[in-house]
Amino acid sequence: MTAMAEPEVGRARVRKEDERLITGRTRWTDNIALPGLVHMAFLRSPTAHARITAMDTSAAKEMPGVIAVYTGDDLDPGGEVGMPNAWPITPDQKTPRRPMLAQGTVNFAGEAVAVVIARSAAEAEDALAEIDVDYDDLPVVLGVDDAVADGAPLVHEDMGTNKSAEWIFDSAEAGSGGDVQQAISSSEVVVTRRFRQQRLVPAFMEPRSVVVDPTAPQLTMWSATQVPHILKTMVAMTLGLPEHQVRVIAPDVGGGFGGKLAVTPEECAAVVVAQKLGKPVKWTESRSETMVSAHHGRDQMQDITISASRDGTITGLKVDLLADMGAYLGIVGGGVPVLGAFMFNAIYKVPAYRFSCTTVFTNTTLTDAYRGAGRPEATFAIERIMDELAAELGMDPMELREKNWIKHDEFPYTTVSTLTYDSGNYEAATAKAMQLFDYDGLRREQRERRERGDRVQLGIGISTFTEMCGLAPSRVLGSLDYGAGGWEHAAIRMLPTGKVEVVTGASPHGQGHETAWSQIVADQLGVGFDDIEILHGDTQSSHKGLDTYGSRSLTVGGIAVVKAAEKVIAKARKVAAHLMEASEDDLEFADGKFTVRGTDTSTAIQDVALAVFAAHDLPEGVEPTLDSEAVFDPENFSFPHGTHLCATEVDTETGRVRLRSYVCVDDIGKVINPLIVEGQMHGGLAQGIAQALFEEAVYDEFGTLTSGTFADYLLPSAMDLPSFTTDRTETAATSNPLGVKGVGEAGTIASTPAVVNSVVDAVRHHGVNDIEMPLSPMRVWRAVHEGDAAAGGPGAEAGGGLGSIDSAHGGAQ
Amino acid sequence: MIPAPFDYVAPSTVDEAVRALADAGEDAKVLAGGQSLLPVLRMRLAAPTTVVDLGKIGELKGVRDEGDAVVIGAMSTHYDVQRDPLVHDHALLLARATDTVADPQVRHRGTFGGSLAHADPAGDLLAPALALDAEMVIQGTGGRRTASAAEFFQDFFTTSLAPEDILVEVRIPKHTGWSAHYEKFNRVAQAWSMVAVAATVRAEGGTITEARIGLTNMASIPVRATAVEQALVGRSADAETIRAAAEHAAEGTSPTVDGNADVEYRQHLARVLTGRAVEAAMAG
Repeated sequence: MTAMAEPEVGRARVRKEDERLITGRTRWTDNIALPGLVHMAFLRSPTAHARITAMDTSAAKEMPGVIAVYTGDDLDPGGEVGMPNAWPITPDQKTPRRPMLAQGTVNFAGEAVAVVIARSAAEAEDALAEIDVDYDDLPVVLGVDDAVADGAPLVHEDMGTNKSAEWIFDSAEAGSGGDVQQAISSSEVVVTRRFRQQRLVPAFMEPRSVVVDPTAPQLTMWSATQVPHILKTMVAMTLGLPEHQVRVIAPDVGGGFGGKLAVTPEECAAVVVAQKLGKPVKWTESRSETMVSAHHGRDQMQDITISASRDGTITGLKVDLLADMGAYLGIVGGGVPVLGAFMFNAIYKVPAYRFSCTTVFTNTTLTDAYRGAGRPEATFAIERIMDELAAELGMDPMELREKNWIKHDEFPYTTVSTLTYDSGNYEAATAKAMQLFDYDGLRREQRERRERGDRVQLGIGISTFTEMCGLAPSRVLGSLDYGAGGWEHAAIRMLPTGKVEVVTGASPHGQGHETAWSQIVADQLGVGFDDIEILHGDTQSSHKGLDTYGSRSLTVGGIAVVKAAEKVIAKARKVAAHLMEASEDDLEFADGKFTVRGTDTSTAIQDVALAVFAAHDLPEGVEPTLDSEAVFDPENFSFPHGTHLCATEVDTETGRVRLRSYVCVDDIGKVINPLIVEGQMHGGLAQGIAQALFEEAVYDEFGTLTSGTFADYLLPSAMDLPSFTTDRTETAATSNPLGVKGVGEAGTIASTPAVVNSVVDAVRHHGVNDIEMPLSPMRVWRAVHEGDAAAGGPGAEAGGGLGSIDSAHGGAQ
Repeated sequence: MIPAPFDYVAPSTVDEAVRALADAGEDAKVLAGGQSLLPVLRMRLAAPTTVVDLGKIGELKGVRDEGDAVVIGAMSTHYDVQRDPLVHDHALLLARATDTVADPQVRHRGTFGGSLAHADPAGDLLAPALALDAEMVIQGTGGRRTASAAEFFQDFFTTSLAPEDILVEVRIPKHTGWSAHYEKFNRVAQAWSMVAVAATVRAEGGTITEARIGLTNMASIPVRATAVEQALVGRSADAETIRAAAEHAAEGTSPTVDGNADVEYRQHLARVLTGRAVEAAMAG
């Protein structure tokens, strides 16, 4: 056979992980059973803010099967242990200590106050009711506006303020643009809006679970986490354990979406309890616990002002955020809204930009990373206000975007927020999307429905998004005061039988790394897809890594795999030359074979691996191994982009929104596996659409989460979503050798504003210029029938711009 | 999500079940499919001492023809009801409403009697039972008795069943040849009804001769839209008549307020959806 093998990269392979994940025949943390294993259950505060005046655990200790009951003071008598915040966004950031179990006060409903350890999970659960806690209620702080008001009660009294930090970027100071105030005051058109990013629950499928085995000198922790490497280091630092005696294993993990990018009080308490008792312990949470105690996402108030000249050229952009952190800072914490700072200017050429963000404490569950982390919020605000600006100008919203976006021949382009976009082609993605969507036909139907006063109005929403992903160049993270680098590690082990083990520091929890990495390595080394095994998630086998979040696995971890493969080939080349008695320079490597150029003498890489294993005849000075490792630190972020178009039908009698069609054309660079990409897009779209229409974590005035079950926290199913039309353009990233950009967050980031823009567009002629998310039927109906002022949203109070265009014509040309 | 401990009994006859309930006292719960009870137990919102499972009582399952009525065993699953030809021919409204209950898994587990006895005002089968004048056959320690749907539903999650009573079967007077539609309004496909309208009508030559309309989730119990029924009967079924009649739909309702809807919006929906339900029923 001389024909080139079909490349693996680009093949729509079914994932090799699917069978075990879909049937559940695999190792989840909760499946792990160890001899002598005991079970933990946490008692959680029912109240959002209170002083704990007394706690009596004596009755609980007498319950059947109970081994021990501990309070915060039992686990940490000195009150010294606090969960880590790895991203202090300013030097003077206020960072309250977040204990394992509440000590003195509880600061949100759901905070753990005691832990029961029993022979069985059921006995542990039963004993919780026997713990007697006296709470002395304190005033509850809810909502960022109220939290920063003068005289507001304080979440953490000792800090003297509810503000954690204020982070500012100003293009005039950075030298990347003009003075925004000047730009706004001298512009012909100014549009201001206040958007609310409601709070969301990450809602991963597998609840969190942890097992700790302290019965050997090296402590082992299994956890349903997306960050086993970070967890190992952080647990060691947080609890003062010697890091070399801690092993963390993330077995198969059922989803995370950022919700498992955490170092939790429960994980740390499990370590302390296991050490105290000398027994292995397990904790698996209930869904109700997830809802109140796992971190939430989003929750920002966004004040945004855009200015432009009458012809639609953007002149300035000003953003002021209040970001609700909840009661404490998580591991990324205030870094989430700061990540958004670089994305408000999006794909547009903005000459002047100022961003400020104040991070605020309230008596709620903490917020942290959730799919997109900062970028969906930014994308929503800019894409929403672009539509409002278009309406103000009486321009077609796509025409306005086109006027302002970076042209394909202007890359690389350094933006007003100082990022350098390496590549992109917004024109191409948009042209394809417009054609697939039948933009003109839908605009025509929209006009007809309006003219005949149809009960069902049609709207068209646009989102031309980009994102920064592939987190991240370590030097950039350093400049932002992030606590770690952004490199990734990979290693390749060539086994004597010709099989290959690939070790990755990325930590999959549903993404399909095993399949994608196998495809990459198969092409690099010329070995069979099925001859490759991917090892991950165990700090003993994968000793080095920074895990999976921020669409970083492929663009950073995948490149590390390529670099490791290159080293394997370089080592093998020396040996192959020696075995064939040829010069290294005369060897060609293709399809897994070294061939002496111009001859048919060749040797397969598997034969080289066996020869190296035997080590009987190696060239002078060559170590008997082909195994190689590499650490890749990217020079730049990657910048996927795309054009998303959404058509909705709005029933003006009931307010119900039906998605009529959804087209997205994404440019994520080179594609390794189109099927995985398709899956990521569909899931991402569902999640972003759900923010627009369905999901919201709601607190009542007492700080109780009222949407604490999936009966109230609405997640869509396939029944609620249209058939998506997905397509791609392919503009290779220039920042990495594979040309890849990342796809994990694209759908979520892009879709939310497309949907909301579409609904607003459908009813704009009713005088509506905003509706608060999620766009429940009641909110939409109210917006239509009572005008925007009564739509129930903060957007209602925000004024329009200075223009005088009849809103009935906005966006409907 | 682990229930508190409880005793479990699974009697094989109705008599045994009634005795088991009487023996267990006030703190017993009946398991009739478990699609509502199990979440409640797992969240520890209820902690019964005894759970009496009716799943092994054969006499509670199945649909039969009893002359002027269709009789549905209380432990017939939603799936059984949905596909039963007797229900389809003589109580189409119930079949249509059952089609909308939750998802296939729930419809294979949950039971008709269990839903009625649970008496969640957002449940989809209460309003059809009321609209169709269903009669509940109840067995207690004092033998069998019947209750009309109007007597049976008393308040939120409250029926005329005494603690030791079992709902045995439901007799539905035949509505042969009536057209029907269940207009359900919810935010996602698998959520409870915010408001729903159960409408079944009989028409002759374009004139509505009889109409029965029940409303879901417009009060603590299912509500009959009597004023709408009266405004429809004897009229020609044109769009204008239907719209005008539907304007009466919210009369006498007292819906709850939650995050999805306030009173004004629920009452508005009741009017709009009633019009649509009648129109759809007329369209067949």
